[in-house]
Amino acid sequence: MTATVTPQVRPNRRRRRAAGSTSATQRTIYPSWFYLPAAVLYLVFFAVPTFASFYFSLTRWTLFDTEFIGLENYVQFFSEPQLSRGFVNTLVYGFVTSGAKVVLGLALAVLLTSQLVGRGYLRSVVFFPVLVSTIGVGITFKALLDPFDGVVNTMLAAFGIDGPGWFTDPAQALLTIAAVDVWKGLGIATLIYIAGIVAIPQEYYEAARVDGASRWQQFRSITLPLVQPATATVIILSLIGGLRSFDLIWATTGGGPGFTSDVIGSVIYKQYQAGFYGLSTAGNVILFLVVTAVMVPISILLNRKEVDR
Amino acid sequence: MTRTGSRGVSLVAGIVAILASVVVFVVPFAFIFLTASKDASEASRLEFSWPQDWAFAENLAEVLATRDGVVVRAFVNSTVLTVVSVVIMVILAAMVGYLLQRRSSRLNPLVSFLVLAGLIVPPAVVPTIWVLQGLGLFKTMPGLILIEATFGLSFCILLFRAFVATIPRELDEAAIIDGAGPLRLFFSVVLPLLRPVIITVVVVQAVAVFNDFTNPLYFLPGDENATVQLTLYNFQSQMVSQFNLLFMDILLITIPPLVMYIFFNRQIVAGMTSGAVKG
Repeated sequence: MTATVTPQVRPNRRRRRAAGSTSATQRTIYPSWFYLPAAVLYLVFFAVPTFASFYFSLTRWTLFDTEFIGLENYVQFFSEPQLSRGFVNTLVYGFVTSGAKVVLGLALAVLLTSQLVGRGYLRSVVFFPVLVSTIGVGITFKALLDPFDGVVNTMLAAFGIDGPGWFTDPAQALLTIAAVDVWKGLGIATLIYIAGIVAIPQEYYEAARVDGASRWQQFRSITLPLVQPATATVIILSLIGGLRSFDLIWATTGGGPGFTSDVIGSVIYKQYQAGFYGLSTAGNVILFLVVTAVMVPISILLNRKEVDR
Repeated sequence: MTRTGSRGVSLVAGIVAILASVVVFVVPFAFIFLTASKDASEASRLEFSWPQDWAFAENLAEVLATRDGVVVRAFVNSTVLTVVSVVIMVILAAMVGYLLQRRSSRLNPLVSFLVLAGLIVPPAVVPTIWVLQGLGLFKTMPGLILIEATFGLSFCILLFRAFVATIPRELDEAAIIDGAGPLRLFFSVVLPLLRPVIITVVVVQAVAVFNDFTNPLYFLPGDENATVQLTLYNFQSQMVSQFNLLFMDILLITIPPLVMYIFFNRQIVAGMTSGAVKG
């Protein structure tokens, strides 16, 4: 969609400059107050809480009463293992899900853009989990991956394999949730990659085939470099989602066993429930810093590559 | 590779892919449906099997009757939430996207930055509750509606801005020459032309708001006023031994997004990929 839109933007602008419409007429045709309603919502429900969070994270806070305690909440966050574990897990979860979505999404997209039997069916079936509620997915997989009665472990037992305690083994829980997250979100990554692959001109492949390039060489030297914008999109989208994730974790393990699958998102909720509003808000600020610290360099890097090409 | 040879390879690859997709993607959904059709004791065994007694209708009736129809009330709540917040989102975001694309002013870089920030920055939970309490909107439906509308704005603005660029400016000028004011111009000339992107935004955001769990959990907690996702979450602890009813509820709340997908398949795909490319 964007690909078809962009080329038309520029001629439009050029034409306008040639016509020489002044900023005064612009102001009457396109009045600034069109921003106002959205700006009010944004300011009241998003900007004010975001800025307030920096102050409240430095307080002991009970909604009625605040007491300034400096960086104590942050110190507590990083010194108590059940809180700092969430910090590490957030990064692991974000990068694992994002990486898996890039690799599997690209592989599926290559498969689904080739001449394949049942292509339409496959595209819909891969995309459908995107539309199901996260809570529903969480409950379903909790049942499927039940360590004793679950379908998966019963099947594995039939082959003589002792299935792991997917959600109950402390070493396993976070990765299991990440796998379910990939299962649910793979459809979007695949779609974005399909859009990227379809946009590559067929002539490149024809020329490569004439030169005797193998399937793998074609993928390596044509598809892979030319879907780079799609890769950037998938990475950015899945990282934003992955670092902020909360609902799937809450629906499956609730951060357990113990606190081994806690992420910052679930720590924020737990501390909020326990009434430690200042600590919860400090968690929010830390999440904000993590997301910014990860996203800003990555988007700069990905955009620069795009320009180089 | 000969023609017939490559067709043979793709046939095999296709069949393998279809089999794999059945195991990975179809089985979980079939499991939901089959478990929702079993009686309580059979469902509690969590087997992937054909139900011995089909109790689909009974389970459906029982879920709908649970706690004086809490599921039905949740459906009403979620519908109100989804419809109102998406309408607000669409109108406000279309106005911003339109102005952002049409008018070149010093504000534009700032607005673009704020839009991107809205997409990336995780909302601060307790301070938002603090603001809602100050306005008397905490634990109210209007409060949650405004929250959902606000959090969805950025995504919609990006889509609208990209699409407004395809509408010729000459139309604006013609309408102004014919004596339309800025409001008339926007609502009766531009907005109707945005129809394709409006459908995309409505479908994508409706599915997102309907499926949202985190925001209702924080901003509209409690059991009475719950949305469908909260009800499902609460059922998880209340119906430990009644997996048939739990999965019937999952089945029920999957139907609205499924219907959306069947009718607006193309728009959903367009929205997810184009919004994504911009983000």
